[in-house]
Formats: sequence, C-alpha cells, structure tokens
Amino acid sequence: MKIHSTLIAVISVLALSAFTNDLDKGYQVGDHAEDFSLMNIDGKMVSLSDFEAAKGFIITFTCNTCPYAVAYEDRIIALDQKYKGKGYPVIAINPNNPKAKPGDSFEAMKTRAAEKGFTFPYLFDDGQKVYPRFGATRTPHMYILQKTEDGLQVKYIGAIDDNYGDADAVETRYVEDAVDALLDGRPIEVANTKAIGCSIKV
Amino acid sequence: MACKEASRGAIAEEGVVAANPGEASSDADLKVRSVDFKVLESMLHQDNGKTYVVNFWATWCAPCVKELPHFEKLNEQYAHQNVEVILVSLDFPKMLESQLIPFVKKRNLRSEVIHLNDPKQNTWIPKVSQDWSGAIPATVIYKDGQRKFYERSFTYNELENELKPFLQ
Repeated sequence: MKIHSTLIAVISVLALSAFTNDLDKGYQVGDHAEDFSLMNIDGKMVSLSDFEAAKGFIITFTCNTCPYAVAYEDRIIALDQKYKGKGYPVIAINPNNPKAKPGDSFEAMKTRAAEKGFTFPYLFDDGQKVYPRFGATRTPHMYILQKTEDGLQVKYIGAIDDNYGDADAVETRYVEDAVDALLDGRPIEVANTKAIGCSIKV
Repeated sequence: MACKEASRGAIAEEGVVAANPGEASSDADLKVRSVDFKVLESMLHQDNGKTYVVNFWATWCAPCVKELPHFEKLNEQYAHQNVEVILVSLDFPKMLESQLIPFVKKRNLRSEVIHLNDPKQNTWIPKVSQDWSGAIPATVIYKDGQRKFYERSFTYNELENELKPFLQ
C-alpha cells in the first residue's frame, strides 16, 4: 500500500513537471533572441540593433532594490569597462513592476544609476514584456548574446560569478570566462549556472 | 514545543548538531545556527516519517516576509500531525547579527530558523531542486521519498492544500 501511494505520488510529480516543461520558459542556451526596444534612463529608446559595432551583449536583468543585485553593481560596472571596448557592452534591464516595488520606478532607476555612475544603458521593461521572453526569473539574472549571421544567439544564462557576498573570494567568474571564450572563438565550458536572487516583482 | 524538541533530538542523533532544546525559547541569548549546504542537505533528506516544509527566505525579501506567518501557522496547526517547518534564511552572512537575529526575535518566530551560509550557489541550488532557478521565496515539502518543490509564494490555504497530500 505504501509503495502504491508512493508510486502514484511519483507519477503525479512527473506528470506535473512534464506539464511545467511544456510552458514557455524563455530562452535556452543556443536559442536565438529577438531584439527589443526599451526606454533608457536618459529618455531615449534603446535596441540591440543600435550597437552596430558590438559583437554581442552582456545583458543583466537587475534592479535597485534587491540586495543581491546591489551586491553585484560594482562587478557589473567592471564587466562593462572590461568588455565594452572588446565588443561586449553591458545592457541592464529592470524587469520589476514599480507598482509592486516602488523603489524600482523609472525615477528611482535614474537616481541609482547616477549614484553608482553606471556606464551602460539601464533600461526599463515597461509593461514587463521583455523579461518573460528571456525567461528571466530573478535579479540579477545574466544572459550573454553573440551576434551571428542569422541573428543574436544566447550563449550563456545564469550567475555573474560564484560568490555573491564577497567579490574578493570569487573563484570562478562565469560571465568573464564565457565572454573570453567567445572572444577567443573557444566553446564556453560552463554555459548555465544558478544563483540566488530576488523574484521579479509583477 | 514538545514536537520541536523531539525533532532537535532526532537531528542530533544523526550527528549533525547537538540538541539544545532551550535555544529557541530563550529570547535573550537567541542563536540562529549558520550552516553550509552539507549540513542543510541532511536536513532536506530525513527519512523518519515526518513531513518537513522547508522554506527558503530572507529578511530583505518582501514576498518571503509576507508569507512567513503562513509557515508559522502551518507549523503550529500541523505539529500534531508530525509536520515541521524549517525556515532557511539566505540573509547575507554579515547581516546575521544585525538583521536576521533581531528579526527572528521581533517576529517571535517559533519555527526552526537556519541560516545558510554557502556562497557556492551553483553547486547547491540544483541539489535542492533541478527546477529551482534561484529566485526566492522557494519551498520544499517532503516526507521520506515523497517530495515537491515550489518556486512561488503561498497563501495559507494554498500551503495547506499542498501539504495535505503528504499527510494521507
């Protein structure tokens, strides 16, 4: 009897996970990404196609209010400084609904970007249409895209590095390793990683 | 309270941590254990017929804090049905004394609170669940070999409905 009920439980869990997998979870590594047009903190609309010289992009879904996102702000700025000149600029997108999280309003984004001296576009996902396409679930959530002959290809999804709490204790820099591999024409060794983050506020 | 102390004893028998039943009830010297994933993992796989509801949260996570009272209520209402709630805090290690412990005291949390201090998230997140992207709140409900994972928020009724199949 116990085995029987366990089996049913296992089957129902499998059935449920199969169902979940059928839902659109957003981009996977290898997928092609659509361009978007979102407003930057300077009031101008930004699309990836605007960056003609870029070889690709380091896209971060981030926000003002999540402590994990804040913990990574300096490292995001460093990534932009290191890779913009090499063809991989950072594009930051705030996916949160300011009605659910007032600290992530467009005005608050401007303030935060000025305080931190962001060197990259900080875009507002107004109407929350872009983050679901990517399948972003949290802040911060990184996507590396590479320009290919048939469009933008997703090359990496996940964390920035392996130590959110202490930048000096980082052992593996996932994003840097991935971009370096792309620049060198090598395969990316670790193309998917997971990290704790704040759920995107809808 | 008796149930809670019994469970602490059970954990101690596995050699994970020394039982200290007075720990949670004495506010003045309230301690929250800070553990790495190796220790937490054993708490996620206790094969003792008890149903565990393990919630991953942090004091700065608004939806987590909002649903905490539901987990507290569940822990109280279902203690007699061999259910135990474990609240796993992902607060930053430097916030343990300044943020987490005062919060636990102020809210008078009765469920066991564990602080997970393990920066190797890409290693341990998939061990909690392959389906976990890493966003919190997240919850695991398990009893022996039966297990479900949720990356979402709960109302009390929703939580109760998810718990019930484990009690049959």
